[in-house]
Amino acid sequence: MSTPFYVSPQQAMADRAEYARKGIARGRSVVVLTYADGIVFVAENTSRALHKVSEIYDKIAFAAVGRYNEFENLRIGGVRYADLRGYTYDRADVTARGLANVYAQTLGTIFSSVGEKPYEVELIVAEVGRTGDDDQIYRLTPDGSVVDEKNYVVVGGNADSIGNYLGQRHRSGFSLTEAVKVAVDSLARDPNGGSPRSLTPDQLEVAVLDRQRFQQRKFKRILGGQLARLLDGDESAESDDSDDTGGTGGTGGSNGSNGSDGTEKPAATPPGDSDQ
Amino acid sequence: MEANTRGTGRLPAAFLTPGSSSFLDFLEAHRPELIPGRRKLPEGVIEAPHGTTIVAAVFAGGVVLAGDRRATMGNVIAQRDMEKVFPADEYSAVGVAGTAGLAIEMVRMFQLELEHYEKIEGTVLSLEGKANRLTTMIRGNLGMAMQGLAVVPMFAGYDLDLGRGRIFTYDVTGGRSEERGFAATGSGSVFARGSMKKLHREDLTAEQAATMVVQALYDAADDDSATGGPDLARKIFPIVSLITEDGFRRLTEAEVAEIAVSITDQRLAHPNGPQAPLL
Repeated sequence: MSTPFYVSPQQAMADRAEYARKGIARGRSVVVLTYADGIVFVAENTSRALHKVSEIYDKIAFAAVGRYNEFENLRIGGVRYADLRGYTYDRADVTARGLANVYAQTLGTIFSSVGEKPYEVELIVAEVGRTGDDDQIYRLTPDGSVVDEKNYVVVGGNADSIGNYLGQRHRSGFSLTEAVKVAVDSLARDPNGGSPRSLTPDQLEVAVLDRQRFQQRKFKRILGGQLARLLDGDESAESDDSDDTGGTGGTGGSNGSNGSDGTEKPAATPPGDSDQ
Repeated sequence: MEANTRGTGRLPAAFLTPGSSSFLDFLEAHRPELIPGRRKLPEGVIEAPHGTTIVAAVFAGGVVLAGDRRATMGNVIAQRDMEKVFPADEYSAVGVAGTAGLAIEMVRMFQLELEHYEKIEGTVLSLEGKANRLTTMIRGNLGMAMQGLAVVPMFAGYDLDLGRGRIFTYDVTGGRSEERGFAATGSGSVFARGSMKKLHREDLTAEQAATMVVQALYDAADDDSATGGPDLARKIFPIVSLITEDGFRRLTEAEVAEIAVSITDQRLAHPNGPQAPLL
């Protein structure tokens, strides 16, 4: 009978980290940055159905790179966690910090459990605050570390070079147009120094957590025509709430005690608005 | 959340099990005691506040759903300004008659069920799908209903596929039926229905439909002691919500006040309200 190889714990953990890192580096990146009215998410994603950026709760959104089935599972877990918490306590008691903690525990346990392979995912959990100072962005790595990020963050392949580029150009108080433009420019750059690619609206998934949105749910996808106009630098597209703006949020989710002040409910967004 | 017995803060398995887009199904696996109607009831009868009359009517561009504000407990008015009409999501609303506490809980759970589905699936349920979810929830409450704690909701929404407003009513066992034109539920429903029978026409505008449902609630309050009419002194008016292609909109207090005041003025001259032609 042969003796099993001895592998030091340091080596075992390093191998696992390396495995997860390689899986993540294969995918396209997601950029998250703050702008004057909230937080914008820009991902390179050609699929209309498989999202990298999603709504979790009123003010909280989720972005991920890596293996789809793994982060989709975590997303659903997060929605369930947030909805259960909001139902048990109150909608105001669901926070990005709490969700990031739960994700960190889950990822960390899976990472160090001998029987499981580490998740090849990197997550971002962001919450839009009342003012820019209250915005929160957390980045979670496969080993369960949480990094509290300020202003901008990039995950996925080429995260370092995109992050450097963004770091030089990001400033607080960006308009949405400026923020999307910088994010798309950063994604389009060639890490090897070649000429930048050109990214069309079809290749991009863009969503915002907009604190100015008067619905309770602040998450909104920016789709089709509006996205194209934003990429062209058309500032008037920012406030556009016409047919091609996306977003699931509406009056939904008002709780039973809502509206007791007798005020008018906001007119909901028009049809064709659910984010297919 | 609950204590994790495995010594880690990891999300319990039920959270990460794929497959279901229903929040109720998730609760079933994880926290069944939170499901309305799942709790074991002790023997005996209790008295609890009851909400009363809900009315709905279809008009040319959508559907209107309205409710009075009174909750009663036996012969006592338990609450004068109760709200019984709520948005369910962007294109639908739910109104509840029956045991007030349980009704509000059912509405919260129903709203959450629709929102949860929307977030997980990235698309909204069909109007029929929403109506069916409500059926399931009412059926879950059957045990309570048999002890006198019934909840009887009414569901109305704008069907984006068909391009018109639709109304669904339920009985305590969850029996669902789609109503044509108009519907009423709760203790004053008999009188409200009689009123709408004479006033309702398919080609009403949104404003006319809002006026008609307030007339119907006035007539219900006129003959049913458990239904509250417009309270001009306290400025408590019915809740009227419109659901059209543009989504859910609740009329402001000022808008409903204007309707209620003009109806009350007219009734000073004609206490029985508007008269329909004989032939």
